Amino acid sequence: MSDSLIEESILSRPTYGTLKIVPGLAHYFLADASGAECIIRDVQELPRDMMEKVHILYVPTPGEAALITSLYALGAKRFEHFPTIEEAVAKLGEWLSDAKMGSQLYLAGTEGLVGQGVAKGEECGLDHTAVQCEHRGSLARRVQCVHCKTMIEDVTTQPVKCPTCDLLLLVRDHYSRRLAAFQGVCINAEDPTEEIEIKEVFK
Amino acid sequence: MSASDHLIPVVVSNVVEVNPIIKRFEFKHVNGDELPAFSGGAHIVVEMLDDGTKRKNPYSLMSSPFERDQYAISVRRDDTGRGGSKFMHEQVRPGMQMKISAPVNLFSLDLRARKHLMIAGGIGITPFIAQMTQADKLGVPFELHYAARSVSQAAYMDSLADRFGDHVSCYCDDQGESVDLEVLLSNQPLGTHVYVCGPKGMIERVVETASSLGWPAAHVHFEHFLAPPVGEPFEVHLAKAGIDITVGAEQSLLEAVEASGTPINCMCRGGACGQCETVVVACDGDIMHNDHWLDEEQRAAKQRIMPCVSRFRGKRLELDL
Ligand code: FES
Repeated sequence: MSDSLIEESILSRPTYGTLKIVPGLAHYFLADASGAECIIRDVQELPRDMMEKVHILYVPTPGEAALITSLYALGAKRFEHFPTIEEAVAKLGEWLSDAKMGSQLYLAGTEGLVGQGVAKGEECGLDHTAVQCEHRGSLARRVQCVHCKTMIEDVTTQPVKCPTCDLLLLVRDHYSRRLAAFQGVCINAEDPTEEIEIKEVFK
Repeated sequence: MSASDHLIPVVVSNVVEVNPIIKRFEFKHVNGDELPAFSGGAHIVVEMLDDGTKRKNPYSLMSSPFERDQYAISVRRDDTGRGGSKFMHEQVRPGMQMKISAPVNLFSLDLRARKHLMIAGGIGITPFIAQMTQADKLGVPFELHYAARSVSQAAYMDSLADRFGDHVSCYCDDQGESVDLEVLLSNQPLGTHVYVCGPKGMIERVVETASSLGWPAAHVHFEHFLAPPVGEPFEVHLAKAGIDITVGAEQSLLEAVEASGTPINCMCRGGACGQCETVVVACDGDIMHNDHWLDEEQRAAKQRIMPCVSRFRGKRLELDL
């Protein structure tokens, strides 16, 4: 069972499974600190000679080193870590641009990381059946302000204020796979003076 | 209603002997009209009136999808079959009028593909000729790997190499050449789709190799029409129509049903599309299923039959038709 805290919702709201290594020519992993344990759990089980096929990208939380050491110790063919999801996802794109059919992509961690990894995989020509996702850690959302198109990372509150256009946004369950983001829609368009309490809901 | 119920009257405009076992037939509309549009991989059903027997066989279109003034198919002669290919080879001449169905495509290119990898065995080359013409015009990269028994049997190889150059590789058994599927399928860029048409064993090898290398099933396409086998004649009761029919030795159950005037769906006439699936009302005997539509369990249950390729041996077969 996955340790994800996501509850069932509307259809476009993604749900995730548990990573399971399937036959493939190459196995690409991308995780953040909350998802690192999924990689360790799965890759540890692999026979030594399969390490040649394993490529790992990792986004640690600032200052953390223990998981970097454990991931490195797995002995993958390539292991790199980056301070931000954007950089790691860009590197994933570079790796996948040389990848062959038969490659598998495994994503583990927060929704922001998983969503951007899925979008990159698709952009590089991976079939969705060759991409697996496991949700771990915070439920913080990546939200697009539908009015000014700003991407707001790590949203934990409902509503959230758009840092660019200052509108107060209702964070919807409506998720765009292409943008790897939830949609944020003005909550008080009728009456902008209306006071709405901001609560932390996506922990 | 099936595609083959609305037949198009055509005249045979050309018959070309490609090699000792393969002939190409070209058709034009009797009125000179444009023929229906189609995409690479489509097939038509050709109706053959052979001395009282009406036979309908599916053949892949090999002409350009961008030219609609004529269609071309290639027919490999099979002397042990039901006689359709023999009829085409021996009886069909330029100027003759025939009827064909509108094209249907069960083997189209996946237009999301970043590259098309085509693998052909023998006469399985025909759908790829139209597909390559299409992929070439669309500017999507493609590669054809074509295996044949011998150089002399590798129909169209020279002209394809002329037209498509490096996109085409040929392998002849008698030269000791063969496709290394493992290597070929391990070296395709992400977003490639593979298509295979040829003998059953070849299709199975491609599907198995691709899946063992981790190719997603949605990127693997194959087409294998079965020829309805010949066998002993048998009786069938059609429950709705309330009639008994006899299926001749060289006739398919589908053809016998059609000959009786009973409506029945069909599309590929080769056990591949699932259109003709029919409920078995009663069965005392053995169904030789022959299709690759039903799964093992369904076959064992004897409650479904694919009339286009299946035969029967036993006391009584009653169908929901
Ligand atoms: S007509 Fe296609 S399976 Fe019978």
